[in-house]
Amino acid sequence: MTRTQVSLNVAMFLCMGFPALAQIDLSGSWASKNHEDALERGAGPNPGDFTGIPFNDAGRAKALSYKQSQISMPERICAFYSQWHMMIGTFGIKMWNQTDPVSGKTVAWVIGAWEDRDAMIIWMDGRPHPGKSAPHSESGFTTGVWEGDVLTAYTTHMLTGYLRRNGAMTSDQATITTHFIRHGDLLTVAAQLEDPIYLTEPYYITRTFVPSPTVINSTGMPCIPGDEGVAAGTVPHYLPDQNPLLGEMMKLYHIPQEAALGGAETAYPAFRDKIKDQFTPPPKCERNCAPRN
Amino acid sequence: MALAFPLLAQAQGGRGGAPAPPPANPKAGAPIDLTGYWVSIVDEDWRFRMVMPPKGDYEGVPMNPAAVKFADGWDPAKDEASGDLCKAYGAPAILRQPEHLHITWQDDRTLRMDADTGTQTRVFHFAEWKAPGGPPTLQGDSVAQWETARPARGSPPHGSLKVVTSHLKAGYLRKNGVPYSENADLTEYYDVLKEHNGDTMLVVTIVVTDPQYLKEPFIITSHFKKQDGDAGWKPTPCTVKW
Repeated sequence: MTRTQVSLNVAMFLCMGFPALAQIDLSGSWASKNHEDALERGAGPNPGDFTGIPFNDAGRAKALSYKQSQISMPERICAFYSQWHMMIGTFGIKMWNQTDPVSGKTVAWVIGAWEDRDAMIIWMDGRPHPGKSAPHSESGFTTGVWEGDVLTAYTTHMLTGYLRRNGAMTSDQATITTHFIRHGDLLTVAAQLEDPIYLTEPYYITRTFVPSPTVINSTGMPCIPGDEGVAAGTVPHYLPDQNPLLGEMMKLYHIPQEAALGGAETAYPAFRDKIKDQFTPPPKCERNCAPRN
Repeated sequence: MALAFPLLAQAQGGRGGAPAPPPANPKAGAPIDLTGYWVSIVDEDWRFRMVMPPKGDYEGVPMNPAAVKFADGWDPAKDEASGDLCKAYGAPAILRQPEHLHITWQDDRTLRMDADTGTQTRVFHFAEWKAPGGPPTLQGDSVAQWETARPARGSPPHGSLKVVTSHLKAGYLRKNGVPYSENADLTEYYDVLKEHNGDTMLVVTIVVTDPQYLKEPFIITSHFKKQDGDAGWKPTPCTVKW
């Protein structure tokens, strides 16, 4: 390469603009290994397991009133599929950037739909969030910014949905801050869910994806309510103090009810001191014990 | 791309200014501040972390048959009798414990992480550090490097800490005897994130590889919230039964 060519390359490089340099490529098919929270992100959590959830009284009461048949109600059939489902569902994600055809700039990052979960469109063009009275949807409305090499997204305007797939709910006032962090072949996603209606403090979870050996296609349509046989006008539920699954965590793992019912303190180390004298480990694992295949 | 970094350094020097000099040492060049007190938020794998998991509960870990056989023979009384109480507090597992962390600069090239649970200390060595040799240890030999993002003009520096740990004494990935061997290696990425509500979070992506006991790398992510001070800091000894 001649000196002139080097200079030209240097000039071109400088013209590229530094904001673009802060952006890294997140696109691709990303598989979830589910090595952590394997049951929760796989077959689904145990009923009555609200450990670590910073519930307030309303959030706990709502969760304890939950009966599985609720998800057959036309009004709630899609409640699994808020954007939070990306964090607690079992599947990988397909991610790509949408570019402006003229400028070539990234207008949005998209996480493709999966079956009933709608696509997550992270608008990168500086548009504002809708007003407070704007309609809500399962996927909500999301904007994003680059913070160094971390893509940070903020989601509002979601419909009520599930925080955990055993009846722990989020309200339509919930918001999610999601960070996408790439380290080589690892994509770590960290998400903070805030909900003034059901939580006393944010709920925070993290998960890591790896490149999928096969293409993950963005498939399906947003969830469409249908008739699954729940009679109109009925809401399957348990009345207060009548949830028969409340003792599941004690039965399976000897986890005290005080812990199973959640609350912010259950996520902090000091809580161990509180339950230490109430706990004796079960002699052996009885269910969902096998290592990952 | 080999040209990129000198050019960036020049550009960041400002209009017509001299190139920014390279940082004097890893402490001076830190793109993120990991120092201070952090508390773990245990809302994932709760039953494996906050209480003692039952024998035979291996869910989620990509164990091979040799690992299952080993763990099936786990006997905490034996560990206790032998005085080997800290097997679940080694580097591959320590960040899964419910705990407080205290991170400080030991010197300009060495970052130190103290965990109150099990009263453990990890030391992250930057630059051209040479391991001292000797027998493998619970916390192993950790080599650290900054992974610095190329920031937008005018933006503060940003990046991550990558730590690679080897020369590990065998231990447990979980308290109920899920093993890792002396052949295990650990790679971690430390990211500091500012949250919408003002919290500062430390997110650590953890990858354990072990040809002896794992069918594939064991990949998990732990998160911690920054504290204003040392509230809750409570050094405790290792235990095999709680």
